[in-house]
Amino acid sequence: MKRFFDAELETFRSHLVLMGETSIRQVRDAIRALVDADISLADRVIAADDEVDRLEIKIDDEAIRYMNLRSPVATELRFVIVGMKASHDLERVGDEASNIAKRAVKLAAEPPLKPYVDIPRMGSIALEMLRDALDCFLHTDAEKAIAVIKRDSEVDAINRQLYRELTSFMIERPGNISRAIELMFISKSIERIADHATNIAEEMVFLAQARDIRHTDELKKSGTE
Amino acid sequence: MDPLPAPPVAPAVTVPASGPAAAAAARTIIDIDHVDFFYGPSQALHDISLRLDEKKVTAFIGPSGCGKSTLLRCLNRMNDLIDGTRVARGSIKIRGINIHDPAVDVIELRKRVGMVFQKSNPFPKSIYENITFGLRLQGVKDKGRLDAVVEKSLRGAALWDEVKDRLHTSGLGLSGGQQQRLCIARAIAVEPDIILMDEPCSALDPISTSKVEELIHELKREFTIVIVTHNMQQAARCSDQTAFFYLGKLIEFAETRTIFMNPTNPQTEAYVSGRFG
Repeated sequence: MKRFFDAELETFRSHLVLMGETSIRQVRDAIRALVDADISLADRVIAADDEVDRLEIKIDDEAIRYMNLRSPVATELRFVIVGMKASHDLERVGDEASNIAKRAVKLAAEPPLKPYVDIPRMGSIALEMLRDALDCFLHTDAEKAIAVIKRDSEVDAINRQLYRELTSFMIERPGNISRAIELMFISKSIERIADHATNIAEEMVFLAQARDIRHTDELKKSGTE
Repeated sequence: MDPLPAPPVAPAVTVPASGPAAAAAARTIIDIDHVDFFYGPSQALHDISLRLDEKKVTAFIGPSGCGKSTLLRCLNRMNDLIDGTRVARGSIKIRGINIHDPAVDVIELRKRVGMVFQKSNPFPKSIYENITFGLRLQGVKDKGRLDAVVEKSLRGAALWDEVKDRLHTSGLGLSGGQQQRLCIARAIAVEPDIILMDEPCSALDPISTSKVEELIHELKREFTIVIVTHNMQQAARCSDQTAFFYLGKLIEFAETRTIFMNPTNPQTEAYVSGRFG
């Protein structure tokens, strides 16, 4: 049976999807701005952060209003709570993308330290994780969400590998230090983005199954190294 | 002379507006001003002042005996039917007309201010006759017009599809939820301005309740609705504004969202959180 306030929930869902799409685009463009040394693209990523921030406030407002007036229960209650939490993660994703873009601007002024291979690879895994996690807002799918969580270790592994590699660049030549540090921070930002995707995926398992799997070992054991 | 004339072009009373949009959107239809009400020697309402906007849903909430139903029944002078009751002070104006003015025809007032009760009370007549009862009293005999009103009212009350094939069977044969919607259809058949609802869902199951809540949401396009409810979730879901009463006093009146999110008065907060009442 349809209810007169169902449209409010659909608006909430569409704002979440919009926020997800916007933050995914930010991450993708930030990495592209780095690889292509494209300063104007980096500037656009930084500017888009305001839009993500506004969406976060709007989503919070809608969630609070819905909980206040519509007394949601069961799946609907979980959806509103999860949506609110996911929007905080997406806001942080937007911040990380913005950080990457700012560092990309600095790096664009100098020749690349090395060909960018690992960072785009890491970025595309993080983006796939983010997209798969957010897909669950449209089609609830705990299996897909769990697959996202398992991929977090892939990103962590590349981050560690890059850290070692960049450290050796710095040891070899002090002139590399400033660029290597920027790249380390970028790598860390991507690793954080994957963590936020993981958080969202964990929330999606809660949405689908009302089961809280955070801070448990059950997934880590079966994860890829 | 029509005791409750149609609204003048310029509104008789306007709500103090916070901006041009607010001025355009909200217009006071019911103006309750410093009302004291007594049942014999006992005072049931103390100095109530409240202005209700046109085409809005206002919920009256509060624990039993707080005066919310009494105030509701003041709005179409239903309390006149109880001996020893009186409005000792203050006034109630509907569209600027004092409803206690000797020139006001009470029957006409109740036509303008319809009522739906806690327990559905269809007349022991057919569905069709229930709806047309008020119009027939007014002397309307034109079958075409009566048929049209029956269909329009039943559609308005979201009941048409369920009863269109048995309009001439008894209204008492309907389910509880259908009977309540029949009473709403009967109330809107005479095209009132205002519909008062005194716990319209308290005797209904959740599905019928949500149908009536849907209906309230639809009806506010055309009517001003005042609903008394003990169900706070219902007040939150259905109403635009909420008034909280306690011990015969109006404690707080605000946008429903404010009452349930950030009430000013600690008593309101305690009541809506279920900590007293």
